[in-house]
Amino acid sequence: MSAFRKSGRGVVNIAKPLNFTFDGKTYQGAQGDTLASALLVNGVHLMGRSFKYHRPRGVVGAGSEEPNALVTFERGEGRITPNMRATALELFEGLKANSQNRTPNLKFDLGAFNNVFSMFFPAGFYNKTFMWPKSFWDKVYEPFIRNMAGLGPAPTHDDPDNYASSYGFCETLIVGAGPAGIAAALTAAKKGGRVILVDEQAELGGSLLSVNDAQIDGVAVADWLAKSLKTLAKANNVTLMPRTTAIGYWHDNFVALSERLTDHIANVEVGPAREELHRIRAGQVIIAQGGIERPLVFNGNDRPGVMLASAAQTYLNKYGVAIGNEVAVLTSHDSAYQAAFDLADANIRIPVIIDVRETISPALKTEVERRGIDLMLGASVSKTSGKLRLKSIEIYAPATESKRRVNCDALIMSGGWTPSLHLWSHSKGGIKWDTDLAAYIPDAPNEKAVCIGACNGNFGLGAALNAGNKAAGGRKQYAVEEPEFGTGVVLNSLPNYIQSSKQKAFVDFQNDVTEKDIKLAVQEGFKSIEHVKRYTTNGMATDQGKTSNLNALEIASKAVGKPIEKVGLTTFRPPYTPTTFGTFIGYRDNELFDPIRKTPMDGWAEENGAVYEPVAHWRRAWYFPKAGEDMHKAVARECKATRDSLGIFDASTLGKIEVVGPDATKFMNLMYSTSWTSLKPGGCRYGLMLREDGYIYDDGVVARMADDRYHVTTTTGGAPRVYRHMEDYLQTEFPHLDVWLTSTTEQWAVIAINGPNARKLIEPFVEGIDLSPEAFPHMAVREGTICGLPTRLFRVSFTGELGFEINVPSHYGRALWETLFEAGQQYDICPYGTETMHVLRAEKGFIIVGQDTDGTVTPHDAGMSWAVAKKKKDFVGMRSLKRSDLVKDGRKHLVGLLTEDPKTVLVEGAQIVIDPNQPKPMDMLGHVTSSYWSESLGCSVAMALVRDGFNMQGENICVPMPDGNITAKIVKPVFYDPKGERLNVV
Amino acid sequence: MLLIHCPYCDEKRAEIEFAYAGEAHIARPNAATQGEMSDEDWSQYMFIRQNARGEHAERWWHNAGCNMFFNAIRNTVTDKFVMSYKMGQKRPSTKQIEAAKK
Repeated sequence: MSAFRKSGRGVVNIAKPLNFTFDGKTYQGAQGDTLASALLVNGVHLMGRSFKYHRPRGVVGAGSEEPNALVTFERGEGRITPNMRATALELFEGLKANSQNRTPNLKFDLGAFNNVFSMFFPAGFYNKTFMWPKSFWDKVYEPFIRNMAGLGPAPTHDDPDNYASSYGFCETLIVGAGPAGIAAALTAAKKGGRVILVDEQAELGGSLLSVNDAQIDGVAVADWLAKSLKTLAKANNVTLMPRTTAIGYWHDNFVALSERLTDHIANVEVGPAREELHRIRAGQVIIAQGGIERPLVFNGNDRPGVMLASAAQTYLNKYGVAIGNEVAVLTSHDSAYQAAFDLADANIRIPVIIDVRETISPALKTEVERRGIDLMLGASVSKTSGKLRLKSIEIYAPATESKRRVNCDALIMSGGWTPSLHLWSHSKGGIKWDTDLAAYIPDAPNEKAVCIGACNGNFGLGAALNAGNKAAGGRKQYAVEEPEFGTGVVLNSLPNYIQSSKQKAFVDFQNDVTEKDIKLAVQEGFKSIEHVKRYTTNGMATDQGKTSNLNALEIASKAVGKPIEKVGLTTFRPPYTPTTFGTFIGYRDNELFDPIRKTPMDGWAEENGAVYEPVAHWRRAWYFPKAGEDMHKAVARECKATRDSLGIFDASTLGKIEVVGPDATKFMNLMYSTSWTSLKPGGCRYGLMLREDGYIYDDGVVARMADDRYHVTTTTGGAPRVYRHMEDYLQTEFPHLDVWLTSTTEQWAVIAINGPNARKLIEPFVEGIDLSPEAFPHMAVREGTICGLPTRLFRVSFTGELGFEINVPSHYGRALWETLFEAGQQYDICPYGTETMHVLRAEKGFIIVGQDTDGTVTPHDAGMSWAVAKKKKDFVGMRSLKRSDLVKDGRKHLVGLLTEDPKTVLVEGAQIVIDPNQPKPMDMLGHVTSSYWSESLGCSVAMALVRDGFNMQGENICVPMPDGNITAKIVKPVFYDPKGERLNVV
Repeated sequence: MLLIHCPYCDEKRAEIEFAYAGEAHIARPNAATQGEMSDEDWSQYMFIRQNARGEHAERWWHNAGCNMFFNAIRNTVTDKFVMSYKMGQKRPSTKQIEAAKK
C-alpha cells in the first residue's frame, strides 16, 4: 500500500483496490476514491497544463470548484468527455483518463514556450497583437489561435450513449447534502410533503465527510450522518439524489438537476441512460451549497503541490490520502489551522505554519505549540520552487525583510471562505457585502428560496445544522462540539520584495489570469468589473471563477480605488458546473431532434427515388430523377411531361383552415383584401392576406363550400402563423362575429393533377360530380366521391394547365395516389416535385409569398391590385395601404426578366443595377426573386423586385456577377400562355 | 421557466404552453375611425408601444392549451406575473394591481 494512504478514514475501502490508467500509465486506487485522490495516493500532483502558458498544474481543490485538474474521460469511440474534473470523477476498475492541453506529454509540453515569453502575453494580448497585417488574419493568426485555444479535445465521433429527461415536482427541494441540507431534510421529512435532497457528490454528507473530531447531539459526526441518512432513506416522502448537480435555477422555483447515472460504473455498455435531466418545480427551494475556500494570491502559487487547506483536509479525512510528506501551511484565516492539525495528527510533518497576520488567538497558538509546529506570524511566501512539483518555499517577513527557505513537497493555503451564491444568483436573489466575511452574502430573495449554512455566510457545523432545521420550519437547537471556525483577514495579494511585474501570482488558475493582468486592465481603462472580467477573462473558464472571483474583485477594487461593494459582482449563469450536451438534449436527438413532417404519400415518393427538400417542417419531394439524370434534366423532363400530357403532384402540405359560422363571410372579408361576398358556394377564389401594415402576408385558393363554410388554403410554411393571425383577430378584435376556425392541414391529403389529360384521368373514378367544363369551370369546387372516397374536388391550376386538386381524408392519400398513378400510365403520367412546381408557376408569373415577396411588398408592388377589393369598408391592412410611403413613386415592383442570352439563368438573390460601370457603391435597383430554366419556352425566365419596375417595361438592366455582367430585359411576369387558353382543354 | 395563469383554464401552466403576443389594450380603430386618422395617428396605433419598465399589460396566447388569447400584467424588470385576466376586461387599476401582488 502506498505510503500516502492513511487507512481507516472516510469513504474509501482499501480492501477493494481498483486499477486505472492516467496518460497511459497504470495506477492503483481503491473503492471510494476519485481520480484526483487516487492520483494523490500515488504521489501524483501534476494533473494538467494551464490554458495560456501551459504551466504544469496540480490539483487545487477536492470538489467541483477544481480549476486545474481537468482530464479527458475515455470510454471508447464517441464516449469521450473532455474537461472533466479529476476531483469529481469516481474511480472504477479500468477507468481511463488523459491529461489535456499538452504536446506531447504532461511532463514535457512544447506549448510551455508561452510561459517563457509570458511577459509578452498580458491581458488583451490577442486583441493587441493579432491586428496587422490584414493578410495574416486567416492564414497565420487564426490557425495559430485555434491551435492554442481550448482545453480538452472535442470528440471526433457521435456520442452513442443515451440520455434521459423527466419532470418532477416536490414541496421542498434541498440543494446540497451537507450538515445544513441534511438537517433541513430531516425536519422537512417529518413535516410531510415531497422532499428532494440532491448533492453533486457520490456520497451524501458534504463537509461532514471532511471533518474529523466533532460531535452532534453527543455522537460522532460519522455516526450521526449514517443515522440521519438511514432515517431519510426510510422516509417515503423523501427522495435522495446523490451524483446530482443542480445546474440552474429559473423562474417560479424551476430547478434543473443533472444526474450522473453510469459514469462511476465499470464496463458500462451503451444502452442505459448515462445522465438524466430532471426538471423540478418546487414549492420551496432550500439552497445549502456551502462555501468555497479562497486561494491566496502570491508569487508561484500555482506550482503542483500547492492546494487549498480544506482540500488537503478532505483528502485526508474523506479519502484517507496524505497529500505529501512535508506540508507547509500558508494562511490568513483560522480555518487552515484545523486542516494543519488534522494532518499533523495523522503523522504528516508540518514544517511550518505561515500566517500573514501579526497575531492569532491564544487558543490556536497553544494548539500549534502542543504539536510542536513552527509558527511564523506576519510572514508570507515570496517564492516557490520545484519544476513539476513543489520542492521548497521561500518565506519572507516584511517587517524584518528576512527570508528563509523551507523544504516541503506540499503547501496548503487559505485566504478565507466565499459563500457559494451561484444558484441564489440564478434565482435573481439579492446580494449584499459582508465586511466581516469579506464576501457577498444573500440579501432579499426573489423566489421562494432560502440560502442556509455556509452559502449564507453562516460557517461552522452547529450554525449549519440549526439553519437547516429552521429553514424547514423546525425549532431544534443541535448540541454540537466542534473546533471554532474562527476569523481571518483578506488580502488582495501577499507582500513580497520582488517587484510585482516579475511575479507569477495567479488569480484565475484555469484561464491563467495573474494579479498584474487585472491591474493592467484597470490601468488601461477598464473600470467596470464586467469589463475587467471580459478583458482579462478572469472567471470565464469552465469553473466560472469559483475560486477566483473574490480575489479578482479585491484586486480590481484596490486598483480602481473604490470600495469593493461599489465595484459589484459579476453575474453567475447556469449551468453551475459544465454539463454535457447529451443532458440538455435528452431523448430529443437524431430523428426526434427536429421531427420531420411527412405527407401520406411520402412513402411512395421515397420508394420511387424522390430527392427531398425541407419546406417548413415538412420534407417534400423535390424532383424524381431517373437513372443518370441530374436535377436539371429531371426537372426539364417533369415540366415537359406535365405540359404535354399529365403530371401528378403531392400538394398535401398546403395549409388548410376550415372557417365556419353564420358570420364566416364577414370574417373572411376582414381577414383578406379579397372580397368574398359575391363568391357563391361551389366557387373558388384567390385570396390575398395582408398584415395590418399593408404588406402581403399569405395567399392561397379559398373554396366556399356553403354559405357559412370556407375551405381556406395557405402557403405550406405560412399555415401556423395564418391560423394564429386569424384566431388573434377573431378573439380580440372581432369577437362579435360567430365564427369557428379549425386547422385541417393534416386532415386532407391533396393530389394535384395537371396537364391536358387531367380530366380524362380522373373521369372514370369520380362519382356525383359533373366534370364537364360547363358544369365544373375553372376556380370551382365540388363534393362527391373518387374511387368511392369522399372528396372535395377543386378545379384550380398552379401550373397554367388544366388542373384538379383532389382532397381526400389523409389516410386514403397513398391508396388514391397509387390508383391514379396506375391509371395514368396510358397518358405517361409523370410524378413531379416542388422544383417543377416552381418552374411551372414562374412561367405563369404566379408568386410565392416569401420568395417573390419579403414582408415589404404591397399588393400593388406585386402587380396584384386586382386582389384588393375596392368597395369593402374594412379589412386588415386597408388603412395602411394608404400610408404615404406605400403609395409614393419609386417603390420596388415585381417584374419579369428575360436574359439577353436565353441560355443564361440568373442567380436568385442577385442584385440589379442600371449601369455596371458606375462607381461603387452602386445604385441598387433591386434583386432577382425567382429564376429558372424553362424547358417549355427554351429560355430562362426570372422574376425580380425592381425599383419603379412597372415603368421600365422593355428596358435593359444589368446583373453584375463575379464572372461578368448579365444583361436582361424587363417584361411582364407572365411568360407562358398569357391568355390562359390552356385551362380550356376539353 | 415561468408559471402562467390562464384565466380561461383558471390554472397555472408552464410557460412552454404559451406564446407572447405583444402589448395589450391597443384597440384596432373601426372602419369609420380609420378613415379619419392621419398617417401620424395611424403610425401611433401601428408601431408605437410603451416599452414599459415595470408593470406591463400584455397579451398572451395559450396556444398549446385552450387556444385562448388573454391579458396579463407582468413586471418587465423582475419578469414576474402579477395577474392575468380575460380578453375584453379593462386594464386593472393601480389599486387592483397592488392588491393582486399580495
